[in-house]
Amino acid sequence: MSTAEFESVDVMEPEMATPASASSTELEARNVSVWFGQRKVLEGVNMTFPKNSVTALIGPSGCGKSTFIRTLNRLHELLPGAALAGEILYEGKDIYSRDVDPVHIRLAIGMVFQKPNPFPSMTIRGNVLSGLKLSGMKRSNHDDIVEQTLTAAGLWNEVKDRLDRAGGELSGGQQQRLVIARALAVQPHVLLMDEPCSALDPASTLKIEETVRQLSKEVTIIIVTHNMQQAVRVADNTAFFLASENEPGRVIEQGPTTEIFGNPKDERTLDYVNGRFG
Amino acid sequence: MDAGLRHTRPMPDLDVQERRNFSASATANRGDRVFNRVITVAAFSALAVLAGIAIFLGAQTIPVLQTQGLSFLTTTAWDINTDPPTAGIWGMLYGSVVLAIISLVIAVPASLMMSIFMVFLAPKRLASILTNLIDLMAAIPSVILGLWAFYVLNPTAEVWQELLNQYLGWIPLFQNTSGNFLGTPFIAGFVLAIMMIPIVTSVTREVLSRTPPDLINASEALGCSMWTMLRFVALPYGRGGIVGGIMLGLGRALGETIAVFFVLKIIFDTNWYNIIESGGGSVATLIVSRFGEISGPYELQLLLAAGFFLFIMTLIVNVLANLIVNRTGRLQK
Repeated sequence: MSTAEFESVDVMEPEMATPASASSTELEARNVSVWFGQRKVLEGVNMTFPKNSVTALIGPSGCGKSTFIRTLNRLHELLPGAALAGEILYEGKDIYSRDVDPVHIRLAIGMVFQKPNPFPSMTIRGNVLSGLKLSGMKRSNHDDIVEQTLTAAGLWNEVKDRLDRAGGELSGGQQQRLVIARALAVQPHVLLMDEPCSALDPASTLKIEETVRQLSKEVTIIIVTHNMQQAVRVADNTAFFLASENEPGRVIEQGPTTEIFGNPKDERTLDYVNGRFG
Repeated sequence: MDAGLRHTRPMPDLDVQERRNFSASATANRGDRVFNRVITVAAFSALAVLAGIAIFLGAQTIPVLQTQGLSFLTTTAWDINTDPPTAGIWGMLYGSVVLAIISLVIAVPASLMMSIFMVFLAPKRLASILTNLIDLMAAIPSVILGLWAFYVLNPTAEVWQELLNQYLGWIPLFQNTSGNFLGTPFIAGFVLAIMMIPIVTSVTREVLSRTPPDLINASEALGCSMWTMLRFVALPYGRGGIVGGIMLGLGRALGETIAVFFVLKIIFDTNWYNIIESGGGSVATLIVSRFGEISGPYELQLLLAAGFFLFIMTLIVNVLANLIVNRTGRLQK
């Protein structure tokens, strides 16, 4: 199905995108709605992601957080029956416009998944460089890239002596940091993380969070999490998603993390962040 | 956990304590014991049948090797009425390999493309219809395929081969000096390919559909096209299984008799590489074509000896296949 027929015509009023915000906004979702076949799973999401910030997306299962994050680098469209309305602006340009190559978008907006997924037949080094190989990017200083990205992902000291061992031999937490390094090797500006710690033990989780905080100096990070404390620990901003029964998911409240957790305006947000449902 | 409780339990001294064995028969109940025996016997019966065939064929082969010597394997002849009779099956063994190669070249790419389409491109409904249709193809008896090839494929393939010869005849592979385009290794290999496709496709489809979605996700997120995903993720991941499927198909191609019997002209000469020239060899087809008009017990012995070497050849292919599958399987870990 073509996404074009669902694309909404009403672009927001021009004064919404002020020059000041445009310079610091890396990524912006405008009135995004999402369908799978006839079922609408997400409605009217507006969100801005300032450059080099960390944004946490929280909410109960099935409220469309993961679906939303997949629209941000055009992975959503690869699912059967997927459709979308609205716009995703990356550096001011709609990533769904006809002249945009989805491959470039996916390289600029990297992604880390829930389950660590290194390529099992490749070495640690091969995994880090796989993004360059798969996308056909030509870079000469491979050794530097491997060291830099593994260092940035907080894994270098643990693996520097065994770069030629299989990626699958690492522990779960190490594998997750390896795939973060893999995502970083293609030098993305944005990193999407879909519950990156849900399959990991607490110690590995803390390491990933440390990595996220370090990375946010250079990369804009959007992280889906079910762990409230994690959102508080790592995120500058937080958005709370909720879907009522038989309704598409919506953003109930968004803002600075301290506001969402300390002084939420909506009662449902208050209940959720205090663990009363979800 | 209650820490106090743990301390009250003495640590077992492994040096002093007697170790206890857990054998399946000791722990299982009676029904399980009987079942285990039956299963074990059944497993070994397959081995017994294999050994029985090998011994029977081997026993017939010894006198043939005594009279014909190694030239039975290295020459090509079937002069039964001379005295002494001379026979050699080199051309047949070699012809079997040629047919297998032709069928592989046609069947493997076709099967790979079909299974890639079914797994990664086709809508679910269409994919399941295709899967059933292709499985159905495997159910066609080879004698029916042979008849179809004789009446339908022959005249069509004759035209293809004429075209090949006309435009690519400068390649030795496509030379034809006799002008006869029937009974060629190409047609026989094509029929074998049709028989291999359902087997190879079904195994390949199964293997490709087990590519972990996590890895597909990973490659998509790294900006992979479908082609690079296949090349760097799905195909390497499924390599062991795909090779196994190809070898299964190859086993069928090497041993196939009747379908080839209808379309291949058996000649007692070595057709080295002229695949669209009339005449070729196949051990299995030699046996079936001679068996009807057999001249006496010695010729029967010759045919059984030919069968023995076909058996050995198939065995070697299967062992090689296993080696390849194991080796590629290990690399993936």
